[in-house]
Amino acid sequence: MISTDPQLIKNIVSNGERLDGRGMYDYRKITIEKGAVATADGSARVKLGNTEVICGVKFSVGEPFSDTPDEGVLMVAAEFVPLASPEFESGPPGEEAVEASRVVDRAIRESKVIDFKKLCITPGEKVWMVFVDIDVLDNDGNLIDAASLAAIAALFDAKLPGLKEDGKIDYDNKSDQGLQINGIPLSTTFAKVGDSIIADPDLSEAEAVDARLTVGTFDKDGDVLLCSMQKGGSVGLTVEELEKIIDLAISKGKELRKMVANA
Amino acid sequence: MNIVEFKRIDGRKHDEFRPIEARVGVLQKADGSAYFRLGNTVAIAGVYGPRKVHPRHEEQLDRAILRTRYNMAPFATTERGRPGYSRRSIEISMVTRQAINPVIFLEEFPKTAIDVHIEVLQADASTRCVGINAACLALADAGIPMRDLVASCSAGKVNGNIILDIAGKEDTEGEVDLPVAYYPKKKHVTLLQMDGIVTREEAKEIVKLAVGGTKKIYEAQKSALRKKYEIEGEKNDIY
Amino acid sequence: MSEERKLVIPGDLLGKGRAGHGTYEEDDNVFSRFVGLAEEKNGMYFVIPLSGIYDPKRGDGIIGKIQDVIFSKWIVEINSPYDAVLPLSEATEEFIDLTKTDLTKYFSYEDLIFAEVSSVTSNKNVQLSMKSRRCRKLKGGRLISVTPAKVPRIIGKGGSMVEMIKDLTGTQIVVGQNGLVWIRGDNYSIAAEAVTEIEKKSHLSGLTDQIRAMIEEKISKKGEHSGV
Repeated sequence: MISTDPQLIKNIVSNGERLDGRGMYDYRKITIEKGAVATADGSARVKLGNTEVICGVKFSVGEPFSDTPDEGVLMVAAEFVPLASPEFESGPPGEEAVEASRVVDRAIRESKVIDFKKLCITPGEKVWMVFVDIDVLDNDGNLIDAASLAAIAALFDAKLPGLKEDGKIDYDNKSDQGLQINGIPLSTTFAKVGDSIIADPDLSEAEAVDARLTVGTFDKDGDVLLCSMQKGGSVGLTVEELEKIIDLAISKGKELRKMVANA
Repeated sequence: MNIVEFKRIDGRKHDEFRPIEARVGVLQKADGSAYFRLGNTVAIAGVYGPRKVHPRHEEQLDRAILRTRYNMAPFATTERGRPGYSRRSIEISMVTRQAINPVIFLEEFPKTAIDVHIEVLQADASTRCVGINAACLALADAGIPMRDLVASCSAGKVNGNIILDIAGKEDTEGEVDLPVAYYPKKKHVTLLQMDGIVTREEAKEIVKLAVGGTKKIYEAQKSALRKKYEIEGEKNDIY
Repeated sequence: MSEERKLVIPGDLLGKGRAGHGTYEEDDNVFSRFVGLAEEKNGMYFVIPLSGIYDPKRGDGIIGKIQDVIFSKWIVEINSPYDAVLPLSEATEEFIDLTKTDLTKYFSYEDLIFAEVSSVTSNKNVQLSMKSRRCRKLKGGRLISVTPAKVPRIIGKGGSMVEMIKDLTGTQIVVGQNGLVWIRGDNYSIAAEAVTEIEKKSHLSGLTDQIRAMIEEKISKKGEHSGV
């Protein structure tokens, strides 16, 4: 694909500007639409500028892991389907899709906002399995943050299905019981372009990005805490740059959380 | 940092490593190889290349491609692991590549591949760090042109205490694990991951402890490399 | 190891000056790129790597294997990630009518040649030439491979080492800069052992005498066994 010369983007960013006129720490316009998929137990469609992802939550009843016999199971998977970009290929998830799903998973899991013990049906035998599947529809960069927004919004939207007397899922009767989620964990991604830091890099900027840091934050009793971090890109970050991004992530996380809460 | 030194489960100080062992040139077939051990975590890395690229379409006209594969042996963990690729190994292979990439002069060998294979033989936390440490030694042993070595270790939080090189029970009981890789000459953090709940201040403190810890790893790597190439000379004197 | 050469590893600071082969410059300082032996000549630093694959350079004499014959050139494998091209014009002075001649008549698949690297482009297109008198087809014999970085030691000062092995073993030996050594003759296994030994002990001084003693011992033993 022929795209804008990365050097040009570096020059623009080094002047404190961005190709689309955004501020250095501005996100693109975000829209969150919950309940976008009728067949899912919970869902959300998220637009982050021209990036669009859709997330569906499905529940099933399964066996717990042996080391956590009284806890439900969370599984996050992301697919970068060829529909979303000429760069994506069909086949099993590539490393970027795997990374995105694991980073999204980690922020939710590690924040402990979901009490998985509450998703136990019969200890050691039956628990709720929570499948969070993310489909990318349009890739214009920063898929991790878009996927993270969609995943948490879909989890908030989710309602557990009813159970029949034999313990099987009753697909005809959804319960009105949602998941208890005590906080909003979100991934926020910042990129280093030359010596500058920008938030929410889009696809045109991605070519010029030297390094990336995704920081997972969540709110607890009025405080903001970190729950995950993941560095990407083929250049390093100094400790000072890391610290700056941690601070930015905390304030940006607050803004994004409001959008999820109001969605 | 806490003024009163607390006791860790295995008796170490808060900023103390487990025993470190590094050896270079441990395999016959690979162009370069190394062994790295941090306590009970053991990895061997082998490097092939620069060599021709298969499949051909991955070839880059202006530089070598760096490929890394992190693999954990099924017997490396308490409970047997499933052999082959997992989502975990795919992710770690990727961040390992990104951690090492900045120090290699890839432009020196266009149209080739440099393959780094990491086998974790024993896993007791910090396996990706130990793999990266072995990989950098194997790359230097293979004669790959490099700007520096990358050194890696982890720090974290266990029972509210911030400590270096989490291992054993600390790993299962710990709240936070944060591996880093560091490119000392540039003062660049080339790998950073974290999971677990921390405040902003704790996060920064853990990063600093981990980055500081890489210094000792770096020294161990350098002396292992010198040792291999000096020993070649020493051995000769016996004859 | 001579006195002014010291063992360095990647990232080792060599000093302030100009960056020669095997080094790089950053913030006015010169650092090593390799595990190797560092030296300084007139303010310029060099590092001779102690390991690594063969990276073709113009003027190198190499041993190659014909891999393919296409229209007016041969593709030659040269123990490197880069294959080389031997164009017809660099292979022979004769006029050849390509419409009537089968080029395998000159060099065919799997043939071994000793050739010179006549050019290497920045993106590593390697061209060979057979025009020098030392270039030829290598028939029969056995090939062994050594670390390309150790080749100078195998050749020895002014060819002294390889000449000695040839004399003592009565073999023909051709050493390629690309780490391939071709040996032909009855004592090839003794000669091969000597070459491998040099590779292993390349750091050591007084190596020539050791190798001489080793070969002489093996040859006398071989004589005993065969009842001579």
